[in-house]
Amino acid sequence: MTSEMHEVTSEPLQLEHVIRKVESPAAGAITTFIGTVREWTKGRRTIYLEYQAYVPMAVAMLEQIGHEVNTRWPGTKVAISHRIGSLNIGEAAVIIAVSSPHRRVAYEANAYAIERIKDMVPIWKKEHWENGEKWIGNQAGTVVYPDGQPEKEMKQT
Amino acid sequence: MIKILFFAQMQETIGVPSINMELQDNTVGELKERLTETYPSLFASQMAMVAVNENYATEETVIQSGDTIAFIPPVSGG
Repeated sequence: MTSEMHEVTSEPLQLEHVIRKVESPAAGAITTFIGTVREWTKGRRTIYLEYQAYVPMAVAMLEQIGHEVNTRWPGTKVAISHRIGSLNIGEAAVIIAVSSPHRRVAYEANAYAIERIKDMVPIWKKEHWENGEKWIGNQAGTVVYPDGQPEKEMKQT
Repeated sequence: MIKILFFAQMQETIGVPSINMELQDNTVGELKERLTETYPSLFASQMAMVAVNENYATEETVIQSGDTIAFIPPVSGG
């Protein structure tokens, strides 16, 4: 499923395709973030990862993150593609591209976007090991939602 | 009739990705109590958020016929 700038797809992600969405004559910088499948996590070897999403809501939440970035840093363009299904070691699970007139904002906004994805976009991953499997919860293991839902917007740090 | 969606570990606990249920004018909290009667361990192991028609909701949100309710365990995308 896809909107103009944000998509959740079972197809392999292509960096060039995501970058092209944020290109602009006004841009002086484009930053990209690629989240990839790691082999070793806490001493355990992953064979492959399985990603599942609540697709329509995940796309809507990616759009919301795009709006948050635009509000916080006017003049930015944001494109996010997240993959679902089975992914092998080294494959790209998420690509975020941000363009901005100046580089500092492009870095900051990109970092903000991935933190927000990990906070509130309904996507889950399951680690498959040689001898077992497990759905992974919140990775910080420290986040609780006192109101039963994520904060509307992340506090800037 | 409402549709209830489950994901990740919760989907495995239930055994199916979604179920339909006759329900009207109940809150999300009341729906959780009803589900717990059938699946005692469903909400025991982790704190799930809830979305009604693709928007995050609260325990007090009132459910109407035709709504899609999704239980959202802690996310791990990226």
